[in-house]
Amino acid sequence: MRRVAKLSAACIASAALALTATACGSTSSDKDSGSAPSGGGKGVKVGLAFDVGGRGDRSFNDSAARGADQAKKEFGGDIKELTAKTSDTEADREQRLSDLADAGYNPVIGVGYAYAASMTKVAAKYPKTTFGIVDSVVNGSNVDSITFTEEQGSYLAGVAAASKTKSHHVGFIGGVDVPLIKKFEAGFVQGVKDTDKKIKVDTQYLSHGSDTSGFASPDKGKEAAQGMLDNGADVIYTAAGSSGNGAIEAVAGKKGAWAIGVDSDQYNIPGLSKYKNAILTSMVKNVDVGVYDFVKSVHAGKPLTGTNTYSLAKDGVSLSKSGGFIDDIQAKLDAAKKKIVDGTIKVKTTP
Amino acid sequence: MNKLTSRIDKERLLLGIAAPLLAVVAALLVTTLVILATGKNPGDAFSDMVTYGFASDSQVYILNKATTYYLAGVAVAIGFRMNLFNIGVDGQYRLAAFIAAVLGGALTVPGWIAIPLIILCAMATGALWASIAGILKVTRGVSEVISTIMLNSIATAIIAYLLQPGKLGQLDQAGTLVSTKPLPSSLYFFSFDTGAAGELWGFIVVAVIVGIAYWFVLGRTRFGFDLRTVGQSESAAAASGVSVKKMVATSMVISGAVAGLIGMPTLLNDSHQFSNDFPAGIGFTGIAIALLGRNHPIGIALGALLWGFLERTTNHLEFQGYDKEILGVIQGVIVLCVVIAYEVVRRYGLKRQQQRVGAELAAQAAAPTKKQEVA
Repeated sequence: MRRVAKLSAACIASAALALTATACGSTSSDKDSGSAPSGGGKGVKVGLAFDVGGRGDRSFNDSAARGADQAKKEFGGDIKELTAKTSDTEADREQRLSDLADAGYNPVIGVGYAYAASMTKVAAKYPKTTFGIVDSVVNGSNVDSITFTEEQGSYLAGVAAASKTKSHHVGFIGGVDVPLIKKFEAGFVQGVKDTDKKIKVDTQYLSHGSDTSGFASPDKGKEAAQGMLDNGADVIYTAAGSSGNGAIEAVAGKKGAWAIGVDSDQYNIPGLSKYKNAILTSMVKNVDVGVYDFVKSVHAGKPLTGTNTYSLAKDGVSLSKSGGFIDDIQAKLDAAKKKIVDGTIKVKTTP
Repeated sequence: MNKLTSRIDKERLLLGIAAPLLAVVAALLVTTLVILATGKNPGDAFSDMVTYGFASDSQVYILNKATTYYLAGVAVAIGFRMNLFNIGVDGQYRLAAFIAAVLGGALTVPGWIAIPLIILCAMATGALWASIAGILKVTRGVSEVISTIMLNSIATAIIAYLLQPGKLGQLDQAGTLVSTKPLPSSLYFFSFDTGAAGELWGFIVVAVIVGIAYWFVLGRTRFGFDLRTVGQSESAAAASGVSVKKMVATSMVISGAVAGLIGMPTLLNDSHQFSNDFPAGIGFTGIAIALLGRNHPIGIALGALLWGFLERTTNHLEFQGYDKEILGVIQGVIVLCVVIAYEVVRRYGLKRQQQRVGAELAAQAAAPTKKQEVA
């Protein structure tokens, strides 16, 4: 009898669930339907979907935020920000993008390659909204793919590191061993080796494969940098989102060692001002320019679409000069830049 | 009917429901305080969660999420019933999903052969990976907590090594995402079309079957009885003729096999490939859900649904301007409250029982003296 009771309880529970699923006919977007997609008009309505780390990572996401902030300052309007979690599935990313599109945000920007698949679907569902994706390519007539030639900027960082190292030993720390970060590694190593073949380059990744925690773990960054410093490296380039903060902290603790920042000009980031004298330069990836250009184009009513690559030639990537620590090797850097721009040097995208 | 109701111990049932209820209420209270502390109105937040959470597309999302979480909860619960803490569910499902995705991408046979093959392959991989910890435990006495944590990292490293362009992975057109070869559309698992609300993953059926099997094997078979006995007392089990070592190894393997299923709803119903951004950390969510559901097949289902509901609605709370960390706070507080509430309720139950037994004994002791007086 008890079995019957339990079985029937299970049946009733599942039937009730199925019923509630079908009974509520309206979707969440029906309820939010007060707002229709609006472009132009007064100000911009930018929807920003950040990658893990979000605003405040002092690096990649912050750079995108700066672009949107600048657009908001110029055109007025408002910005809505949502941030990814490490446990995200496709459904979560789709929800984030659709929520933004639903609420009338236009453009909607996915910051990071993780949004590629979800944006493909959502962009098709909201043809009147313009979408932008940073660091990936999404096909669609209403999508702007904003990509950068990280390997070229990293090459220059490699030249700078090779020129500044005294121990003939430099290090590269990547957040996650994904192809995007490998572009940084490939460029950096090539830049170092082209300058001086004898310099030893240590490379380390903080997390692997589907584990994206390496982009948001300052503790891991600090540990890895400390290990490299103990091994004798004295210039460390970190491409690891907010984990880089930890690496910079570790490098600042050793006299004569240099850190190379990434994505944003980390010398000028207030949260890092304590360590700024250890930041040789930053490989600035002008995500802000890409985002700003895109928002501006939507505001003007002529949205950018297709793939827009921000290369070294277009100053999409560059080395920051804040602090003046690389002024003495500027000629060398300019020469390398010229060779890359005119094609004499082909920078590899895979290590 | 009388017989039916009389067999249900009302007090036990009440106490059983009291603990999770207490935990959820306490979690609500703490969350209210946290939202108040951030200067927002908790009433608005909760009403937004309810309206948004009960929209039809939210329900489909919640059921889909809960399918995955349910399997994770069951995988962990099998170990729990046996007093085994299988932290390795996380690595087991990721490795299983990866290997299954590789197999699926390479298969050219029709779906009705290929889909069961993929699922079996995932279960076998999960079971094999878990069996390493099981064998270490029975032969060398290595704590399964330590070995499974390490196996998680090793699984991550193996996947990272194999999932490279040129090995078992391929790059997407932007050169930023590596994935296994996508499954052909003939290998997609069936799903229920619910119109505007989206697609309800067909794998929910498999999850229900797993739940029934879990309930049946543990509650209705000799094997389940042995397993629970070992979980409650190894020495008592050994004394009654159960081979403890065999049970440890077997339950680890079964736990791993179920863990292998966790990635299947995502792989067969959603992403159709294993890539860098395959969801990670669900094994740990499973631990929380198994705790919340008291290792009970229906309890785990409710826990999984609650988890899905919280994720869906707090995602939207962030949209409404609340802090995104609120989800972590609610989930953490619930797990903490569950552990505390179970202990409080258990002690209360024990006290009640002692009082009752004491009262009965006192009554027995009092009875003869009365008689004596009469005589």
